[in-house]
Amino acid sequence: MSTSPVMKLADDIAAQFRHYPPRAAAASIANHIRQFWDPRMCSQLKTQVAEDGADCDPNVIAAIQLLNATER
Amino acid sequence: MTLFKEPDLGTPAPPEGAPPVAVEVDGLPVTVPEGTSVLRAAALAGVEIPKLCATDSLDAFGSCRLCLVEIDGRRGTPASCTTPVAAGMQVRTQSSKLEKLRQGVMELYISDHPLDCLTCPANGDCELQDMAGVVGLRQVRYGYEGANHLDLEIDHSNPYFDFDPSKCISCSRCVRACGEVQGTFALTIEGRGFESKVSAGAGELFADSECVSCGACVAACPTSTLQEKSVVDLGIPNRTVKTTCAYCGVGCSFKAELRGDELVRMVPDKDGGANEGHACVKGRFAFGYATHPDRVLSPMIREKITDEWREVDWDTAITYVADKMREIQSSHGPGAIGGITSSRCTNEDVYVVQKMVRAAFGNNNVDTCARVCHSPTGYGLKQTFGESAGTQDFRSVAKSDVIVVIGANPTDGHPVFASRMKRRLREGAKLVVIDPRRIDLVRSPHIEAEYHLPVAPGTNVALVNALAHVVVTEDLVDREFVDARCEDFEAWAEFIAQPQNSPEATEEITGIPAQDVRAVARMYATGGNAAIYYGLGVTEHSQGSTMVMGMANLAMATGNIGRDGVGVNPLRGQNNVQGSCDMGSFPHELPGYRHVSDDAVREVFENLWQRPLIPEPGLRIPNMFDSALDGSFRGLYVQGEDIAQSDPNTGHVDAALRSLDLLVVQDLFINETAKLAHVFLPGTSFLEKDGTFTNAERRINRVRPVMAPMTGKHEWQIPCEIAQAMGYDMSYDDPSEIMEEIASLTPTFTGVSFEKLDKLGSVQWPCNTEAPEGTPIMHVDEFVRGKGKFITTTFVPTNERSTRKFPLILTTGRILSQYNVGAQTRRTHNVHWHKEDVLEIHPHDAEVRGIDDGSEVTITSRTGETMLRAVISDRMPTGVVYTTFHYPLSGANVVTTDNSDWATNCPEYKVTAVQVMLGSRAANGVSSEATAHAASSDEGVER
Repeated sequence: MSTSPVMKLADDIAAQFRHYPPRAAAASIANHIRQFWDPRMCSQLKTQVAEDGADCDPNVIAAIQLLNATER
Repeated sequence: MTLFKEPDLGTPAPPEGAPPVAVEVDGLPVTVPEGTSVLRAAALAGVEIPKLCATDSLDAFGSCRLCLVEIDGRRGTPASCTTPVAAGMQVRTQSSKLEKLRQGVMELYISDHPLDCLTCPANGDCELQDMAGVVGLRQVRYGYEGANHLDLEIDHSNPYFDFDPSKCISCSRCVRACGEVQGTFALTIEGRGFESKVSAGAGELFADSECVSCGACVAACPTSTLQEKSVVDLGIPNRTVKTTCAYCGVGCSFKAELRGDELVRMVPDKDGGANEGHACVKGRFAFGYATHPDRVLSPMIREKITDEWREVDWDTAITYVADKMREIQSSHGPGAIGGITSSRCTNEDVYVVQKMVRAAFGNNNVDTCARVCHSPTGYGLKQTFGESAGTQDFRSVAKSDVIVVIGANPTDGHPVFASRMKRRLREGAKLVVIDPRRIDLVRSPHIEAEYHLPVAPGTNVALVNALAHVVVTEDLVDREFVDARCEDFEAWAEFIAQPQNSPEATEEITGIPAQDVRAVARMYATGGNAAIYYGLGVTEHSQGSTMVMGMANLAMATGNIGRDGVGVNPLRGQNNVQGSCDMGSFPHELPGYRHVSDDAVREVFENLWQRPLIPEPGLRIPNMFDSALDGSFRGLYVQGEDIAQSDPNTGHVDAALRSLDLLVVQDLFINETAKLAHVFLPGTSFLEKDGTFTNAERRINRVRPVMAPMTGKHEWQIPCEIAQAMGYDMSYDDPSEIMEEIASLTPTFTGVSFEKLDKLGSVQWPCNTEAPEGTPIMHVDEFVRGKGKFITTTFVPTNERSTRKFPLILTTGRILSQYNVGAQTRRTHNVHWHKEDVLEIHPHDAEVRGIDDGSEVTITSRTGETMLRAVISDRMPTGVVYTTFHYPLSGANVVTTDNSDWATNCPEYKVTAVQVMLGSRAANGVSSEATAHAASSDEGVER
């Protein structure tokens, strides 16, 4: 898996919510990113997730889907 | 103002709440609280009784026999300092008998005192001289030929003050100040009777003793026995400017005492809310950097960082910055530039920088040095309590019964608060220290921690969860408080009661025996008022924010919030780190901690600032570095922060800064960051500033100019002029106008003004209609967010692990005499106590590596390598080594990693896996990265 700064940070965030049910974990990760990340970091993460696909933390992938959904 | 002398009422006030007692002094009626001394009652009635050994910062001692009085119905002439008032008491302070007694006492003092008043440095500022006049001494019948102390030698060893025992009257004020006020007990009275004399330690020189040079003894001395060298050199000051210290987050109030325009000394202000007349070696004495010849006083620019600096006028520099910033934006987009604010600057200085970024740059790329220290405090306390600030005032510790110090070293980092804490501990409060290293507080004179839990670095959350587990599973929860004041308790309690959080399960992780964890949890929950004080040993971890929330959970579960003596209290690092955060320095928050996505809040700012504001967060400092390296961030304005030295993984920071098209540094000195800059804008020291600082207890203090700006410009004017040059109208005539704007935009500051601060001395925010004189204790009836929120805090081990290759964990901290990266303190005589950073290592870890005390060693981590001198110390646990980061040469941050707190990106300074090997630079044949990094360091030390 890539260890780009945004992916590393996303993994660190996901680890904090691993004890949550998956849906709640994804919502918490998405909410955190929305509140604290510059949009360019968010775009970089989306690109990374799209490129790395299955290698990414599933809760990060779910969070990205939530972020994409709210942007539509 | 002319020289300001606070009245000295002779003895301290009795404890609050005592019933009133009415007495008469020389026929004047006065009502005072029970327990008040006759001396103090007389002073309050306007009657000054002669005194020498008494002063109102120290308990009565009763030795000088000058404050004798007569009391109707009582025999003899009792000392008024040690005699408490009684109802109906009639006191006479003047009679021929008293006059004769006092003259006799003074005669004896003067018979063994040098008669050099006219050439004495304290001439005109000497209580002995004053009292000789007050009692009407006209002759000394004993002569001056008998045995005396007049030939005793002066001890010049302390760099800031002299000790002249020939002038000592053995009143013990210095000895008592060292014990009662400072809590160090370095001084004593040696010998008996005529041989009695003040002694530092066991007859040592002051500089060799345990004296911490706080200056309490100097302030207490009624003669010139203990005298500032600056007074000896320059003379007695003749005017006072009240201002605020610019070192740590305690934010001590000082009287800057000047002779004409020359600063002679800094004297702690008895009226200062934070310090109440006490100080430390930095604030009291280490101000010489402000006029150090290394100061750069003119703007400088250069096209490339390899070019020589070129001095320019202010207009040229401002225009250059504005043009370059606009050029970058037009080529790379509006988000390609940003700024960093400084916690050493005033609220007003900081506010205008974030306004420049948001309104003139048109983005939210503003951050502050709190990013690398207490940003997790802001996050954690906001999530749980609803406000990004500590809960108590400093006075609160006097009501604590159990004090838990976590990841902080108050006697070194926050010494004036530590003195308050130690006083309470000597009164009987119980102490728990949670820290890998055995800090001084664990065992010091008259203080011993009930428990020292040497937690393994990186495992704080496992420990706080274990403490909470005991509280929940042993039914120690304050249900009444939780039910009335909090939410989400049940889900949290269910989580925390899980077996993996038990002390037995976490013992292997934290290294703390389960029975100790259980005992501490019980003490915290049931021992009366329990308070948590914490520092960067909590925040600078990959789970720093989680730990802050964990401590908040613990405080709520036990009802230790919302009154005197309790709370969750960050010991903030820098003088205005609280203020810089309050002022909207974070990229996701506008002033007053309101999120940029809040349309209603943004509208208020947009209406006043007349610019649309971005609703999404900007870049944080580490993100700025990453974005600089990926090319999307190219222009940075840095106000008073040395990010090239203070931020982790120096190699990464260095590369990021070198990749910028424009780096602007506003600072006092050419620091490590400025060496990579294209523009240097000279800043002002605290002695030149006009504005406010906000300390760790949310106390807003005035900073008043002691001298005009040496640069010809106030620091707050610079961002305003850059903004104007970029086409955004931003101007103020006076910093009070900036505070007016802050107050108009920020609900917690609506009642703050320079006028109010000048009237009240200071206020603690929130200060508004509901609390016009401020708020010492927060969350009293309800939390700022309404209900306190319990948040589950699962322990996630850090990625930074010790391995065979890197078997030790390096952790960092600071010491008393130096301050952060040392830019200020290295340019003062404080280098006397700390000439270099060293590596503390446990004897076992040293022995297996063949390291002796004083050996040069190489420290290698996954990110870099540096060299230090080893100090073998059993205060370290095995497997953990420790250093400070006050010198660029030490390169502590060459080896730290870019791991960071998951929520805030605060670097994980406290956990770096390293190997330590014996080897000098020459022997290893390497030039360490730290050495290379600091090779061009040119700071000089004021000698």
